[in-house]
Amino acid sequence: MSILIYAESAEGKFKKVTYELASYAKKVATSLGTTVTAITFNIADVSELSKYGVDKVLKTGDPKLTGFNAKAYANVIKQATQKENVKLVLLSSTTDSLYLAPLVAVALEAGFASNVVGLPVSTSPFQVKRTAFSNKAFNITEISTEVKVLSLSKNSYGIIENESAATEEAFNPALSDADFGIKVETVEKSSGKVTIADADIVVSGGRGLKGPENWGMIEELAAVLGAATACSKPVSDLGWRPHGEHVGQTGKPVSTNLYIAIGISGAIQHIAGINASKVKVVINSDPEAPFFKVADYGVVGDAFEIVPKLIEKLKVFKAAN
Amino acid sequence: MKILVCISHVPDTTSKINFINNDSQFDTNGVQYVINPNDEFGLTRAIWFQEQQGAHVTVVNVGGPETESTLRKALAIGANEAIRINSTPTDGFFVAKQLAEVIKTGSYDLIIAGKESLDYNGGMVPGMLAGLLGYNFLNSCVALTVEGTTAKAAREIDGGKEIVSTTLPLIIGGQKGLVEEKDLRIPNMRGIMTARTKTLTILEPIAASSETKVVKFEKPAPKSAVKLVSADNLDELINLLHNEAKVI
Repeated sequence: MSILIYAESAEGKFKKVTYELASYAKKVATSLGTTVTAITFNIADVSELSKYGVDKVLKTGDPKLTGFNAKAYANVIKQATQKENVKLVLLSSTTDSLYLAPLVAVALEAGFASNVVGLPVSTSPFQVKRTAFSNKAFNITEISTEVKVLSLSKNSYGIIENESAATEEAFNPALSDADFGIKVETVEKSSGKVTIADADIVVSGGRGLKGPENWGMIEELAAVLGAATACSKPVSDLGWRPHGEHVGQTGKPVSTNLYIAIGISGAIQHIAGINASKVKVVINSDPEAPFFKVADYGVVGDAFEIVPKLIEKLKVFKAAN
Repeated sequence: MKILVCISHVPDTTSKINFINNDSQFDTNGVQYVINPNDEFGLTRAIWFQEQQGAHVTVVNVGGPETESTLRKALAIGANEAIRINSTPTDGFFVAKQLAEVIKTGSYDLIIAGKESLDYNGGMVPGMLAGLLGYNFLNSCVALTVEGTTAKAAREIDGGKEIVSTTLPLIIGGQKGLVEEKDLRIPNMRGIMTARTKTLTILEPIAASSETKVVKFEKPAPKSAVKLVSADNLDELINLLHNEAKVI
């Protein structure tokens, strides 16, 4: 048996979550005395995967698989799993992975656990810890099927280098037209911006910023930190910022290393969506704002004075480090 | 067009999350239940199809008699009829098996489920349904129109969205964007009255196994208090983020 990871990529390059997944898979594989196989979709140079302990890389080359297609990808992963006698399939928690994972699970008659944080609690019986109740609790889930599918929460394990010499093998399983029932017409994507899903740092603004014209400093702070920008629900409802930036319970989930909330009071729905972030900083003029109860660091004061000063100081810091 | 909207009966966001029986069970004491928010966006879009295109909307839930209030609320919002599969859900796969059976016998054209529920956050039922039935499936759906048997939809992706076309029957994992928050409906008195007379069918579950089980719940460790930094001493904030938290 081997462990299979879905090596997610975008624009011909692996996403950072793939390296975290490989690091995690290597650790689990070592404890089970097995190896890590990665399935890659139309990526020419896969050498990067060897840095994180991948032992074997399956490479598809079918031009129809260049763009993500959940059903077709699930079929490929199913066939790879059978070919390699895989008992554990690992995916990340990106939008694409969460789309794919249940399809893979059903195809393999495998039990599935999402939002997994950390290494298995036990491998026999197979138990993992996962988040539930919108990050307000964890549960230990036991999977009883022979083949198991997990999706790993971003930033829950970390990227750990572990040199290996991966062998490469072309893999082109048969697919049918029915696998391509969803046709992508166009993709609307802002280019050159750090996405919330990829970011290590997210800078988020709330209604305390008073209007969309004041977002310049949020964007500048994000630029200095190499961060993605986000916003609270009222801000997206008011149309100050695009919907794709809305983070919180009904928006995008955030599990980043550093989350900076500026002018966000911290409604329970907002916190539910961002609470998986490791370090939270709040800047707010109201010391009673609920966000201070969940934050690690806080500054009480006027964001319009604090943020520009912080930008200047961070520029100096970045130049020196 | 026949639409089936899958509804989860979940604790309201503001509920206190506690566990009983040696942390093996969620404490429902004093908890208010609501239609799962991701499902409610889908339900509201389904009602739009009913009003604009004459669709017939059925809502379905897997749960005990205590979940009927949630189904009645969906009927009050405007669904034509409701089905309750009389069983306590054990895992996502079990729920998907039950729903797949309803879909096969009811021959629905469009099945809308929320992309995940607020309680278990499994995010697996819509995808598993698609896997079990072989229907076209779009997750994280933020826009949907249907003409005849063709659907146009948008899927949220990391950093943007993707516009897709596909054909019915179709399964949707829905979320905010299918309709906006302001479009959500609070049932009015007339809706509540008519909901009482609408059909609510109770079906017994089919035999299906579970693949996973929750062994135990845990609450996060209590957080230490926030460290406040003076607005005049932002160097200290940078120092803490760099040397203590090690995140910049």
